[in-house]
Amino acid sequence: MFVRVHMLLLAGTFAAASALAPGAVLAQEAVKIGLIVPMTGGQASTGKQIDNAVKLYLQQHGDTVAGKKIEVILKDDATLPDNTKRLAQELIVNDKVNIIAGFGITPAALAAAPLATQAKVPEVVMAAGTSIITERSPYIVRTSFTLGQSCTIIADWAVKNGIKKVATLTSDYAPGKDALNFFKQNFTAGGGQIVEEVTVPLQNPDFAPFLQRMKDAKPDAMFVFVPAGQGGSFMKQYAERGLDKAGIKVIGPGDVTDDDLLKDMGDAVMGTVTAHLYSAAHPSAKNKEFVAAYKKAFNQRPGFMAVGGYDGMNLIYEALKKTGGKADGDSLIAAMKGMSWESPRGPISIDPETRDIVQNIYVRKVEKVDGELYNVEFETFKAVKDPGKTKK
Amino acid sequence: MSVKGDVGHFARQHASWHWSEVAFWCLALGCGFLFPSRYLIMTDITRLALFALSLDLILGYAGIVSLGHAAFFGIGAYGAGLLALHGIITEPVLALLAAGLAATVAGFATSFLVIRGVDLTRLMVTLGIALLLEALAERYSNITGGTDGLQGIEIAPVLGLFAFDIFGKTGFFYALATLFVLFLVARRVVHSPFGLSLRAIRNNPLRAGAIGVPVNRRLIAVYTLASFYAGIAGALFTQTTALASLDVFSFERSADLMLVLVIGGTGYLYGGLIGAVVFRLLQEVFSTITPQYWQFWIGLVLVVIVLVGRARLHRWVLFVPNLIIRRFGGGRAVVAVPETDAS
Amino acid sequence: MDARLKAGHDDPSLWLDSSMTSILTNLFDGVAYGMLLFVLACGLAVTLGLMNLVNLAHGAFAMAGGYVCAVLVNQHGWPFFAGLPLAFVTSAVVGAALERALYRHLYTRSHLDQVLFTIGLVFMSVAAVDYFMGSSRVFINLPPALEGQFDVFGVGVGRYRLMIIVICGALTALLQLILARTRFGSRLRAAVDDPRVASGLGINVPQVFAFTFAFGCGLAGLGGALSAEILGLDPYFPLKFMIYFLIVVTVGGSSSITGPFLASLLLGIGDVAGKYYVPKMGPFVIYSIMIVILIWRPNGLFGRTAAR
Repeated sequence: MFVRVHMLLLAGTFAAASALAPGAVLAQEAVKIGLIVPMTGGQASTGKQIDNAVKLYLQQHGDTVAGKKIEVILKDDATLPDNTKRLAQELIVNDKVNIIAGFGITPAALAAAPLATQAKVPEVVMAAGTSIITERSPYIVRTSFTLGQSCTIIADWAVKNGIKKVATLTSDYAPGKDALNFFKQNFTAGGGQIVEEVTVPLQNPDFAPFLQRMKDAKPDAMFVFVPAGQGGSFMKQYAERGLDKAGIKVIGPGDVTDDDLLKDMGDAVMGTVTAHLYSAAHPSAKNKEFVAAYKKAFNQRPGFMAVGGYDGMNLIYEALKKTGGKADGDSLIAAMKGMSWESPRGPISIDPETRDIVQNIYVRKVEKVDGELYNVEFETFKAVKDPGKTKK
Repeated sequence: MSVKGDVGHFARQHASWHWSEVAFWCLALGCGFLFPSRYLIMTDITRLALFALSLDLILGYAGIVSLGHAAFFGIGAYGAGLLALHGIITEPVLALLAAGLAATVAGFATSFLVIRGVDLTRLMVTLGIALLLEALAERYSNITGGTDGLQGIEIAPVLGLFAFDIFGKTGFFYALATLFVLFLVARRVVHSPFGLSLRAIRNNPLRAGAIGVPVNRRLIAVYTLASFYAGIAGALFTQTTALASLDVFSFERSADLMLVLVIGGTGYLYGGLIGAVVFRLLQEVFSTITPQYWQFWIGLVLVVIVLVGRARLHRWVLFVPNLIIRRFGGGRAVVAVPETDAS
Repeated sequence: MDARLKAGHDDPSLWLDSSMTSILTNLFDGVAYGMLLFVLACGLAVTLGLMNLVNLAHGAFAMAGGYVCAVLVNQHGWPFFAGLPLAFVTSAVVGAALERALYRHLYTRSHLDQVLFTIGLVFMSVAAVDYFMGSSRVFINLPPALEGQFDVFGVGVGRYRLMIIVICGALTALLQLILARTRFGSRLRAAVDDPRVASGLGINVPQVFAFTFAFGCGLAGLGGALSAEILGLDPYFPLKFMIYFLIVVTVGGSSSITGPFLASLLLGIGDVAGKYYVPKMGPFVIYSIMIVILIWRPNGLFGRTAAR
């Protein structure tokens, strides 16, 4: 008698599947947070920073708040939105998390939005930066930033400082498009001229030909937006091509001089002016403490993604304190709206109408401080709201 | 008494249903009721199984090594996504068929490229086609949404009756039904003179051509059929997840598929299905243990399987079950894995 | 405008008009890129031609060399030009060890098995490097002499790229010399042409192969160290660039090294020119060229059908 093996294999494997089924009944006193970030794939550095920041926060503030124990479940979506959606679904349905957080890229945040709405679970966006995200669900709150905030500020700064012709180089995805649109909007309104527009694919190994095009267009400055991990490559190739010697300055949102990579970029980066929400050199006591603690724990400098994660946790903790431990979606969102506090980046608050972050944007220049490269802030714009929404 | 009749008779003899196959499908259906909290991963497994089945058709039965099968998966996915997004065909089953047909057209067109050249050339051409489509999808981001993918897809209820829910129940049964129907079709195709001629081609194309089998035509036919299946798998993906972005064309997808077939075995249709289950579960186990480095263990599994050889591995794994069965079933009973369907 | 015209006469950087300078710049960049690809991929070509072994993990050896150089230069203060030979040696040693231990079992297996095995190796190496070195891109501290550009008639000649052309050119010439003029080279060529007859003549084919494999891996390691600046060195390097190496090998054919050399140049110049003149079309150009060439010449531009 022949027994085909697939019977056995299948029985065995489905049994294994049931073994993977979630175990414990939901503990009465725990608030679970599903942290979905890219730990592998193109945006792995974002995920790591957020994970580090969350761990640091828990370390500093303990894991109990308002009588409830906080449990963070980390999941890697490998920068793939369909993974994000599935992981979010499983976390909500199986692990019964009260909050989902993280979301390293815009499509990930958007993929989870319908789930947040359907299940009435707050979605705390700690990294993604496109304007429309918070509009996709009434349960989305953002503690990261929007490209509009930085790009309109840098456009205004450029106009004020005599930069007339700009060539733009942006990555071809939603935040890149936002960056380009907001910059163009303010820059051309101030009388500036865009001489060349180049979009580079997101997975781009070599900026050289694009940079050459920029050089041949002979602008006063180059507006650059590339995602957080690519700033280093870009600046290296910028220097190598001699664009700094040709007098073409780099301006843009601070992603291109992210603290995470800044110190290894080489001296050619000095003098680059960017507008951004956070610099590790921000001269506040809270920031000094934060940077020191982060460095001690992870041997690295924190960047703006880390601050997004840190503030996201703070938002959750403060909201729980405000609701007295009630962890259902509607109470938490109501508590989060309008909340304001001092973050390592400066004072921030959550806009009660749009649930988006309102923060200071700093214009800063890359300089050497104590022998290392830092973004040194020299101008502050207070309480900048997301222009994508205010203009409506 | 025609030769064709004889061959047909022989083929159909082997097509009778074995009781274990019936048990397999009953178990698959049963899982839908036994594990109501795991619909999502089971749907994922079902989609992967269908995709693996499509590759098995060309790899296991025709011997074409393809590193770019994700091309058709992607066409099906974007097809279904665009149809739903722009409201052109809202009923999911019709959209599924339409997207599958789109992939078939692409499969037919590219099959002419694939039949030329040696192994390595075919590998490169198939890989190149998938990457080309990915680059095209990125270029025309105004249609495809580029890196961000299609946003705001909403899938109407299946047949107007069963709506897609957050738990994934409808998705699972829909996917399982599709898999079953297509499996039946594949089974019929494989156990026919056409299927036998494919196996002849896989074993020795020169000899098959010498005995009068129209090699190129058969290869084109099976490649087109496989692309239809892959397209349906892709369309299922978009319909059950409401997402479609550039990674539907990615190399990792094609590579994972190869791993599925290595685990399950090629050439007997169930290889893709079993492999999908094992692979997906392995991936889950690994990523729960180490959310960041699970790829390492998957790679290790692949390396070990190739080095040790699947036959030897199965003998080791089935050592204990064999002992037990021999005790109860008498000396001749033994658990065996068919390497191919040739037994 | 007038001042510029006048200055133009005296300023050599303005003698060539701008379209000419951009063509020359792109050509220069493309040649540098192509030669780098050649150094990276020629080991793969020889491996395939010699032992019919498809090694998709070739990029992993390049990555290993790159990281070794990075660690030595960044963390231990070695000079860049001392780090390069060590990158070569490390990858060669690792290659030799893996060949003896693992690859040897795959020579007789089907291409499919080889592909699967090497993909598994790639996954393992990517995850391992991610674990030990982190996910972000690694930069190697270059000596100041290699940074920036200098002007030649208005064409910006990057110093680093110039160095690449010089080093890779020298390597290519060396390889050609070895193949054509040394005894080992003729043994290698014989073994590629027809291994059975070659071993019949007394050539120790397995030994030739072991040495060639190690040498190819070493070259990849050197290429990896050189490419940290241009292509970017991170744990996903083997996956990102595997397709480029494969294109070089299939388009160039695997029966000589001139084929891959010309194919790399074609690929490098095509990629750079494509991105400059039609930036929206970028990678599209490369893949289309590859498919067209493969349809026209299934054995590659310069390959011959293997005699086995």
